Amino acid sequence: MKQDNAVFDQVLKADPEQFLKEWLSEVGRSGNASAGAGATGLADARELLGALAAAVAADADLKNLQDAAWARTRSVLAALSQSRAAQGASAGDTSYFVMALKRPLFIGLDKHLGSDPKAAFDAAWTGTVLIDQLAQFTASTYQRIREDVIARQQQELLELSTPVVKLWEGVLAVPMIGTLDSSRTQLVMETLLTRIVETGSELAIIDITGVPTVDTLVAQHLLKTVTAIRLMGADCIISGIRPQIAQTIVHLGIDLQGITTKASLADALQLAMKKAGYLVTRNKA
Amino acid sequence: MERIPILRMGRALLVTIQIDLQDQVALQLQDDLSAQIERTGAKGVLIDISALEIVDSFVGRMLASISGIAAVLDATTVVVGMQPAVAITLVELGLSLDGVRTALNVERGMQMLAADIADDDRTPSDD
Repeated sequence: MKQDNAVFDQVLKADPEQFLKEWLSEVGRSGNASAGAGATGLADARELLGALAAAVAADADLKNLQDAAWARTRSVLAALSQSRAAQGASAGDTSYFVMALKRPLFIGLDKHLGSDPKAAFDAAWTGTVLIDQLAQFTASTYQRIREDVIARQQQELLELSTPVVKLWEGVLAVPMIGTLDSSRTQLVMETLLTRIVETGSELAIIDITGVPTVDTLVAQHLLKTVTAIRLMGADCIISGIRPQIAQTIVHLGIDLQGITTKASLADALQLAMKKAGYLVTRNKA
Repeated sequence: MERIPILRMGRALLVTIQIDLQDQVALQLQDDLSAQIERTGAKGVLIDISALEIVDSFVGRMLASISGIAAVLDATTVVVGMQPAVAITLVELGLSLDGVRTALNVERGMQMLAADIADDDRTPSDD
């Protein structure tokens, strides 16, 4: 076993319970409940300590966390980040939980090497490097997990917001909700065009009541969709244009010439019925 | 070289594009079609592109120019059955085919042409 490893091995195995106690009291000092000073924190700490001790005993390279001997430690840290991210702990608290390991480690080093300042200093440096790496690994895993969550939510949002509904024989409608960006417009365009082919509908109504703002880019996306629909041989009405949006469109100088626009979905449906030759009458006066 | 057949249906010409268009084939079609319109005196041209899955800017431009040529020869052009992917591609290429009329399928395209030809017969054109 390497000399550093031997020292760390002694420190980690001398009195594990005392070690854990000091660790968690240091975690608790951050004053934040979500940092993990509680019972789950103890279980996590015990598991991490076990993995750490095993890796040190297996003569792992203390300066390189990518060493194969650290595999179990890495997976324990990854699991830790995952559960913390799921519980909503902050990135700072999650990495602090690992950083707090320094205190019991240094206390242990002080006990073993207190008589030899040079050796103690060297060992402390090695320990700092190691724990910094562990904390860094934890933080980056935590961040990656959070990013995965964000990506998944974005995808769900995208799928959630593009239903194509059939309003009448030959009339389809898409109620758009939320900000229109390129990827969403693309998705709406694709689903709408496919549905037009499937149902043989000659008229599509795009309702933008749920679109908070219309700028030149959004208008361009709408124009593209309308052009594509026209190319397929169907017609398109844009409805649900709120007064503020109408003002914005005019102020921005966006050209909606050649596109039928209606204030509300009801107006658009009325026009659609008229175009298809339907007459809506009231039975009772 | 492959040639696209041009069928005559009453006073309209029917062109069904079943293969992916090579530039040469497209140019040949343009030639053939203008000759046929002149020879038969057709009043309408129906281009069915429902089997066309890949387009480029050249084919897009060709559709527009066929429509333009036919208009000069006094025939209406209707492009029918464009696939969603093709429509999106043309829009992304910035080709909106403004002068070209479109319909969802051959049946509706034919109705459109028939209505146009009937209109044409009722009101003698001034030009």
